[in-house]
Amino acid sequence: MAYNIVVLIKQVPDTKRITGEAMRDDGTVNRSALPAIFNPEDLHALEAALELKERYGGRVTVVTMGPPQACEVLRESLERGADDVVLITDRRAAASDTLATSYILSCAVRKLNEPRRAGVNLVVCGRQAIDGDTAQVPPQTAEKLGWPQVTYVECVEEVAGGRLRARRNTGQGAERVECPLPCLLTVTDQAPAARPPSAKRIMAVKKARSRAEIERETPDPDQARARTEALQARGLLITQWDLQDIGADLAWCGRDGSPTKVKRIQSVVLKGSGFKKVEPTEEAIATMVHELIDDHTIG
Amino acid sequence: MIEANREGDVWVVAEQNDGQLHDVGLELLSKGRELAETLGVRLTAVVMGADVARHAERLIHHGADRVVAAEDALLAHYQTNPYAKVLCRLIEEHKPQIVIYGATPLGRDLAPRVASALRAGLTADCTDLDIGDHIEPGTKEKYDRLLLQIRPAFGGNIIATIVNPERWPQMATVREGVMRLPDADPSRRGEIIRFRPGLSAEDLPLKILDHTKAERKVNLKAARVIVAGGAGVGSKENFRLIWDLANSLGAAAGASRAAVDNGWIDKDHQVGQTGTTVRPALYIAVGISGAVQHRAGMSEAQKIVAINADPHAPIFQVAHYGIVGDLNRVIPMMIYAIKKRV
Repeated sequence: MAYNIVVLIKQVPDTKRITGEAMRDDGTVNRSALPAIFNPEDLHALEAALELKERYGGRVTVVTMGPPQACEVLRESLERGADDVVLITDRRAAASDTLATSYILSCAVRKLNEPRRAGVNLVVCGRQAIDGDTAQVPPQTAEKLGWPQVTYVECVEEVAGGRLRARRNTGQGAERVECPLPCLLTVTDQAPAARPPSAKRIMAVKKARSRAEIERETPDPDQARARTEALQARGLLITQWDLQDIGADLAWCGRDGSPTKVKRIQSVVLKGSGFKKVEPTEEAIATMVHELIDDHTIG
Repeated sequence: MIEANREGDVWVVAEQNDGQLHDVGLELLSKGRELAETLGVRLTAVVMGADVARHAERLIHHGADRVVAAEDALLAHYQTNPYAKVLCRLIEEHKPQIVIYGATPLGRDLAPRVASALRAGLTADCTDLDIGDHIEPGTKEKYDRLLLQIRPAFGGNIIATIVNPERWPQMATVREGVMRLPDADPSRRGEIIRFRPGLSAEDLPLKILDHTKAERKVNLKAARVIVAGGAGVGSKENFRLIWDLANSLGAAAGASRAAVDNGWIDKDHQVGQTGTTVRPALYIAVGISGAVQHRAGMSEAQKIVAINADPHAPIFQVAHYGIVGDLNRVIPMMIYAIKKRV
C-alpha cells in the first residue's frame, strides 16, 4: 500500500546564529544579518516522509506558506527527494497568527485531498519553527481537518492496515501509540536527520521556479510567459496557490482571521549591568571565589 | 466561538500523569491567583483523569477557589481527542475568561487543539501574564482588563505582548519553572465539582501500546549551583573541565544548546528556551556566548559568573563577574581556589 504524504514546512530566519556578531552595539539584534533557512525540525519531518515513501511507495508533497522567497526551501525539498512542492503565497495571508495559518494550511491539505487527486493519507510537520517556537500550527491544522494528531514523534515504526505506529516523547518519558490514518504527525529533532541533497537532483531542479519568482526575475511579460511555459513543459514550474485557489474564506485569514493581536514588541536590550571584571590570574580568581563564599553563594 | 464573559473565572489546567500532579499546574496557580484577584473573580483548577478528585485539596491549598475534576476511566492515560473534547465542553459550559496551561508536551499538544476547536486565540510559552487595558490601533476600540500574554519571540530576541480582545477565552501556555511554586496553605478551603463526561471508545482514536517513564538524569531546577558549558568549550574531551568544576562545587552540570547539539552532553542538561529554565544561587557560564535563547533560561540566577574568550560575548551583559580568558587556564585556577578554601 502506497501512501501520499504532505509535509508542511517553513522558511525561518536562522535565530540560532544570534551571537556576538549579530548583536548591535545597543544590544538589539541585527535581523538582516541572519540568513533564511529551512526550519530545522521540518528537515526531520521531510526525512520521515521520504523514509515512509521508500518503504511503502507513494508520493511526498511539500507545502509551504510564505513570500515568493520561500521557494528556496521548496527547491531544497526537491533536491532532497520530494516529488511535488506547493507554494501558498498571498498578501492577504500576511499577519496570520497560528489559528489563521492553520486554517490556510488545512485548506491546502483539503485541496490536495480532493477526490480527483490521489488523496492525502498523512501530514507530517516539524514540532515547531525556530522563529516563533509555538508548536501550535500542526495541532490546530489537525483539528481543522478533523484528524487525530501524534505530536513529539521520535520514530515512525511502521504503517500497516491503515494504522500508523510511532514512538513519541511525552516529556516524562516515551510512549508508543497506534493511530488510524489519515492523521497528522509532528516530529522532533530526535527523529532521523534529513538526507543530504543528491548532486543529480540539485542539477535537475536548479531551474525550478514559481510564477511569482518568474515575474520578479523576468519583468517583460512575453518573456515571462515563454519562460513559464518552458518550465512547465519540463515539470519545473513550482505550483503556486493563492487563498482563492485553495478555497479559503478570507474572514479566517490574515489579520482579520487572527484572534491574537500583538500589543507591543520590545527588543531585548541587554542592560549592560556593569559586571565585575575579573582578570584571568590566580590571585583575582581566588578573590572572586572568596567573595562568593563570603556572601554564602557557595560553600 | 465564545463571546467575552467578564464574570468568567480564571482557569488553570492542572496536568497529572499516572496519579501525580505536575508541578507546573501548581506554579500556574500562584500566577492565576494574582490574575483572579486583580479581576475580582474565582480561580478554578481543572484536572482530568480517571481518579483525580483526590488532587482537589492540594490544588485548593495552592490557591484554587474551586476544582473541576473531570473523571472518566477513558481519561486514565492522556490522549489528545478525549481531553480536548472534555475541556471544550467545560469551557463552553462555564465560559471562563482566561484559561492557562503548562507549556509541557501535554499542554502544547492539548491547548492548540482546544483553541482551534473554539476558534479562540492562544499564546504559546508565555514567561509572564498580567492584566491591562488595550486600544486596538486600527479601530481605536478600547478593551479593559485583558490578559496581557508576554512571551519571547524570534528566538527570544524580542519580547512580545499579545492580547486576545474578542474571541475568548483568552488562553496561554506558560513555561515550566517560570512562575514560582508557592507554598501550600493548608487552611485554604474551596469547592469541588465532579464532572462525568461519559466518553465512549470512539472518542479515543489512539491506542497507547506502552509507555515508559524516563527519570531525568539531572534535576537542574533543584540545583543551587550550576556550571554550564557552551560551544566555546570546544570538544567533548574538554567538557571534562565543566564536570570537574561542577564536582568541586557540588554543582549540577548544565549546557547551552550548542554543546548539546555537538553531542558533548545529554539533552537533559540543556538550559534555555528549549531546555530547562533555572534560578540557581550561582550560575557559571563557561564558553557560552549568551544567545537570548540561553539567557531566557538562566538570567534569573542570583549570581552569574561568565568565562569567555570573546570580550564582546553577550553573556557578559547579564553577568555579575566576568572573566575574559582561556577556560583551559581559568577553570583549573577556579578549582584550585575553591579546593584551597573549602
